[in-house]
Amino acid sequence: MTTDELADAYRQMFVIRKFEETIRDLYQQGKIRGSFHPCVGQEAVAVGACSALRRDDYMTCTYRGHGHAIAKGLSVRAAMAEMLGKATGCSQGKGGSMHFTDPSVGLLGANAIVAAGIPHAAGAALASQMQKQDHIALAFFGEGAVNQGVFHESLNLAVIWRLPLVLVCENNLYSEMTPSHETTSSVETYKRAAGYGMNAFQVDGNDVEAMHNAVREAAARARGGEGPTYIEAQTYRLWGHMMGDPEVYRTKEEVAQARTREPIVLLGEHLKTIGFDDDGLKKLESQAQDIISDALIFAQASPVPQPAEAFKDVFAA
Amino acid sequence: MPTLTYAQALNQALRQELRADPRVFIMGEDIGHHGGIFTVTKGLWEEFGGDRVRDTPISESGFVGLGIGAAIAGMRPVIELLFMDFALVAADQIVNQAAKLRYMAGGTVSIPITIRAQQGGGRGNGAQHSQSFESWFAQVPGLIVVAPSTPYDAKGLLTSAMRENNPVIFIEHKLLYFTRGEVPEAEYTIPIGKAEIKRAGSDITIVSYSRQLLLTLQAADELAQKGINAEVIDLRTIEPLDMETILESVQRTGRLLVVHEAHANCGLGAEIIARIYETAPHTLTVPARRLGAKHVPIPVAESLENAVLPQVSDIVAAVTAMM
Repeated sequence: MTTDELADAYRQMFVIRKFEETIRDLYQQGKIRGSFHPCVGQEAVAVGACSALRRDDYMTCTYRGHGHAIAKGLSVRAAMAEMLGKATGCSQGKGGSMHFTDPSVGLLGANAIVAAGIPHAAGAALASQMQKQDHIALAFFGEGAVNQGVFHESLNLAVIWRLPLVLVCENNLYSEMTPSHETTSSVETYKRAAGYGMNAFQVDGNDVEAMHNAVREAAARARGGEGPTYIEAQTYRLWGHMMGDPEVYRTKEEVAQARTREPIVLLGEHLKTIGFDDDGLKKLESQAQDIISDALIFAQASPVPQPAEAFKDVFAA
Repeated sequence: MPTLTYAQALNQALRQELRADPRVFIMGEDIGHHGGIFTVTKGLWEEFGGDRVRDTPISESGFVGLGIGAAIAGMRPVIELLFMDFALVAADQIVNQAAKLRYMAGGTVSIPITIRAQQGGGRGNGAQHSQSFESWFAQVPGLIVVAPSTPYDAKGLLTSAMRENNPVIFIEHKLLYFTRGEVPEAEYTIPIGKAEIKRAGSDITIVSYSRQLLLTLQAADELAQKGINAEVIDLRTIEPLDMETILESVQRTGRLLVVHEAHANCGLGAEIIARIYETAPHTLTVPARRLGAKHVPIPVAESLENAVLPQVSDIVAAVTAMM
């Protein structure tokens, strides 16, 4: 990645971080209802991966997907308005946190059912292949998803049909509130994928450049007709599974230790070795904060949807 | 006009649509090389190749999910499930995903997918291969549910289903595949959401669909010999329900019986009767009734299965008791 690209990545990760912090504050003020599954600490997986995709490549992601969606190009204003249940939200208030969708940037949807979006990405890859287009599709999922049946079905289908698909497993070590190693027979999930006959490897998910390079290579393979690739991105979830999670399943020391190598800290340190100083970083952070402030003002000023709107958009014409 | 079997009529609809629209493709188990376990897709792999007529592994959740993704990305998949009972294996993809993704996306995506499967008993296939789920699917906002009873309706409705830009559950019946009827060679559609009076009458309105529609017509013949003139309505579409046709008929006959093979408990008959009582209770001269399978899993032995699924004699007895 060039220095400019790395600076963009830093700002982008900071936008996501500030988005999640803003949502948490709004939640605590009682201004947000429903679910919120923050991706704090995992921003490099989303930003690194999406920076290696084209805008018209397809992507599905998880309910911990605010970062994925923003990194793919979803308008931060539309995301914020959706969280506040406004008519200007990306789903007009109908989908909420777990269903961010914007096909204009290839975001085919976040999903509240673990693993359910994996076959959707595979299907979009199939459509591209059948229509002789060169879009590829990328599916984000957590390591909890590798124990769902449809994960296995999708990997098998991707291999037998040689689909232009990139599978990114975000392994943050905890499936909801349970350490994954207690419930998963092979915690190195890429070995399961390799067992299906596809190219599969691990990468440091907190290193945005490593993520970018891994996905860039996988996307090129997919576009070149070489079939699917599985990337297991190792990362760590700094906040709880969802708002209100008392996090009794891990120690404060473990979380503090993880904070020392969280992705924004790591990229900041790296940027300082290639010509950025503290002021340079602060400028990027300030730009990110402006984006969030603008989105919040927009969302707060937007109207709530009219009740009659609840009855629209079930069916297409 | 040619006479075709129900399976041949479906085959013609698929073939004509595969020729007309390059975005249409079909997926399912044994549909390609084998031509389908009920011969519905016979010859299609030979004509269109393995790209558009895809044999899948036994992965209902996976290939229904793939169909959803492909539909969002511009294709028009027609997916076959070997037995409707297997829809449960793919239930998350059908109910949580296909039916809801458009709405949850605020209308920014559409899912033009058709899922075909056969339902029903009567052949001793056992409890896990004989079920009828139309009322379950009808209760899910976002699914269109269709169940033709004749070869003519099958071809027209399948064509309409494939051209529908929303998820359609297209319900066939294992004992309908080799029934015969006249089917035009040219392509045609039948509107989704329109029931049809298959037999005009004046003494009672019997609403039915799928295989039970044929049993109901047989019952109507027997009843005619007893001086009871039954009007038989074939729903053709389960959801959206054509209450207008039903109401207009009951206004004339004053009596309503709904007959379906699905279990009576919480079945479509309950819904239709509830709607009549909500909107036009004054049209009924006797309480409305419904017939469905008894509330046990469907057994295999013929004597047992016949005791559970509605028979022609059950329909005749029910109508006679309402006179």
